[in-house]
Amino acid sequence: MDLSWMGWTLPTAIFFISIALALVVMIIWAIKAPHAPRVGILRIETTPGDRLFISLLGSAFICLAWLAFFGSPIWEALIVCLLYAASVFKWV
Amino acid sequence: MKKTINQKAWFMVLPVLILVAFSAVIPLMTVVNYSVQDTFGNNEFFWVGLEWFEEVLHSERIHDALGRQALFTIIILTIEIPLGIFVALHMPKRSGLWSSLCLVLVALPLLIPWNVVGTIWQIFGRVDIGLLGYMLDQMGIDYNYTQNSFAAWCTIIVMDVWHWTSLVVLLCYAGLKSIPDAYYQAAKIDQASRWAVFRYIELPKMKGVLLIAILLRFMDSFMIYTEPFVVTGGGPGNATTFLSIDLVKMAIGQFDLGPAAAFSLIYFLVILLVSWVFYTVMVHSDTKDMS
Repeated sequence: MDLSWMGWTLPTAIFFISIALALVVMIIWAIKAPHAPRVGILRIETTPGDRLFISLLGSAFICLAWLAFFGSPIWEALIVCLLYAASVFKWV
Repeated sequence: MKKTINQKAWFMVLPVLILVAFSAVIPLMTVVNYSVQDTFGNNEFFWVGLEWFEEVLHSERIHDALGRQALFTIIILTIEIPLGIFVALHMPKRSGLWSSLCLVLVALPLLIPWNVVGTIWQIFGRVDIGLLGYMLDQMGIDYNYTQNSFAAWCTIIVMDVWHWTSLVVLLCYAGLKSIPDAYYQAAKIDQASRWAVFRYIELPKMKGVLLIAILLRFMDSFMIYTEPFVVTGGGPGNATTFLSIDLVKMAIGQFDLGPAAAFSLIYFLVILLVSWVFYTVMVHSDTKDMS
């Protein structure tokens, strides 16, 4: 199957593989240790899946804001994203 | 009684997952791949990193289009939501010929394809052959949507209100129909005013459908393309060039696929964020109502 029209690159492949791996890890985690939804600082009920979604969406905006204000590279922004995701999983 | 847990039901979701993969995930992956590369066709790509994102984030042209888009969406929601509620409140509640006729009349604009709506209003607004344009001209109003930005905006807003208020009306009407008579009887016994009935009975009962209506109208108006493109083509100048029109100009007109991909990803993220906020508020208010 010719996938050259999709214009794959190594960084974008790593990006999508990371998201797919995160989803797989979340599924295994949910099977091994089922979580009940909880109410965090946003005062809304969230499951770990919701928290992953909030982390990914928020991280996208953090990276965009970093690009807008500081430009590339965005390695520091990725560190901020990891801290943000950890905070979401801990408190949201 | 102990609940049976059977995870095999997840296999039922498989066909939808495959469908979504082909219709959304694979195209989205392609857009992400294009957003970090430059291409001149023939499947030849050159890595540029995050350059296109930086370009889009600092582009004045896109900032202007975003401003116009936000203004358009705010105006549309400010007009269509109250107007939809108003019309729904004045539609006959009892089932019968009159209510069926009203429903058909209200639903009619929703049945017309977007490009046809655009064509209808393009002709309707023309000074030489269109009824609206001719009448305004006869009244001495300088109306020409091809040359005057204000006239172009008015035409597009009125066209959208005509096309989409029906959706809000139908959703609100469904919400109103679901209110049991007992609520109105209790309000009558308490001698509640018309405003009190609306504020404390009808509006809370319509909250769920209203949030859906706002979400749908936000998404549709924020992504509007066909109607303004058919009526004004984004003009005069760039006066009605909204985000999607600008995006298509960039992707197809200029064949700047890389910047267009970066632009569409940012556009997608904004819509995703707002839709998620609406969805969360909707689900949250439902669970609060139930508890």
